[in-house]
Amino acid sequence: MVQELGYLKETPSQTAGPYVHIGLTPNYSEIGGIYETDLGSSMVNDKTLGERITVTGKVLDGAGAPVKDAVLEIWQADSAGLYNSPSELRGTADPNFTGWGRCPTNSADGVFRFETIKPGRVPFKDGRKMAPHITFWIVARGINIGLHTRMYFPEEAAANAEDPLLARIEHRDRVATLVGVKAGSTYTFDIHLQGDKETVFLDI
Amino acid sequence: MSDRTNSKPETGAFFARDRAWHPPAFSPGYKTSVLRSPQRALLSLDGTVSEITGPVFGHSILNDLDNDLIHNFAKPGESAIGERIIVHGRVLDERGRPVPGVLLEFWQANAGGRYRHKKETYLAAIDPNFGGCGRAITDDEGRYAFRTIRPGAYPWPNGVNDWRPAHIHFSVFGHGFAQRLITQMYFEGDPMIWKCPIVGTIPDKQAIEQLIAPLDWGNTIPMDARAYKFDIVLRGRRSTLFENRLEGN
Repeated sequence: MVQELGYLKETPSQTAGPYVHIGLTPNYSEIGGIYETDLGSSMVNDKTLGERITVTGKVLDGAGAPVKDAVLEIWQADSAGLYNSPSELRGTADPNFTGWGRCPTNSADGVFRFETIKPGRVPFKDGRKMAPHITFWIVARGINIGLHTRMYFPEEAAANAEDPLLARIEHRDRVATLVGVKAGSTYTFDIHLQGDKETVFLDI
Repeated sequence: MSDRTNSKPETGAFFARDRAWHPPAFSPGYKTSVLRSPQRALLSLDGTVSEITGPVFGHSILNDLDNDLIHNFAKPGESAIGERIIVHGRVLDERGRPVPGVLLEFWQANAGGRYRHKKETYLAAIDPNFGGCGRAITDDEGRYAFRTIRPGAYPWPNGVNDWRPAHIHFSVFGHGFAQRLITQMYFEGDPMIWKCPIVGTIPDKQAIEQLIAPLDWGNTIPMDARAYKFDIVLRGRRSTLFENRLEGN
């Protein structure tokens, strides 16, 4: 008999459900007094290095309706392109930047909003630089396993053109689904779960 | 054990996710998934530094009662109503190694199946002493524990007569953002599990059984609380032995 591999199976995902806010953003859910603040509600402080930006948008379903009960998390490098993580071995990230944020889509209009900084470039596996990007993770009622995607920056056309991930999108008209729309220091990034404008989601 | 805690953090890419083991995005028995499921194929990406890294939270974020849902929302001297239970277990990776220092967040309905949420309209009563959320960070052996009351089943507008089995929602961080996971824990012996369209989004019966916590009689505290054991498995990391040589670039 051949040896057994002996690996465990990953715990299967389940939807976060409509009441995900109770667990992830209880203060937003009007359950006060348990946690001081909702985790991930602030990514920057007065000393954070880098260009301040706002990232906002909606999550839209296959009928074009905003998803008003989603929770989004973002994960990104600091302005020098370093992640605030023990697994970051290239250097020490800006201690005044968490790199991670969490925001529900508003129950009234479905808008999410992150106050953050523009990330620096980080390397792909082969050493080439990826274009600046923010990783998104979306959970909600009706989403059985969290969806990963990335937002890129429209003013980074040259970097985007050489980005190894964007280069792998076969249908070139879909590249635009990963690029935010800039107005001043605000980037709007609408995420389409389904349909003609469907966002490119990643199996990472 | 000390060699592990003192060793350098692991930075290999993660094992590819077995998406046939997880529920598919489109699962029409769970009606909301119909318009909220991508129809195009996912773009596959072997882990880069953006996915291999992830946020890690220190114990400083925790308050004393964060892992005690019986008391963390209760008035002084009072406690939540219901069957008192302890839920505990380990967070492991697919290689069976403990995953220390990771944040778990839990949320659930009260003993009557009622959530404390403004959009919830179920006629069962709110418990004034129960909020329904808690959190914990795994220790050096990957262990976590919290105390709560056993949640009730509740009806939901999917089919005409669909009810959720008693369940506790879990959100788990790993050491890399690609390990991020949200799931639900069910209770051993609950006949509702096998009727539920959300459970039924998972195609493999063995995968469903991985979400069912057994009664843990050994850890039950006499005259206080019964225990359930729920181990969670996150994605494993590849060895980095052959990942440092960059060729042909």
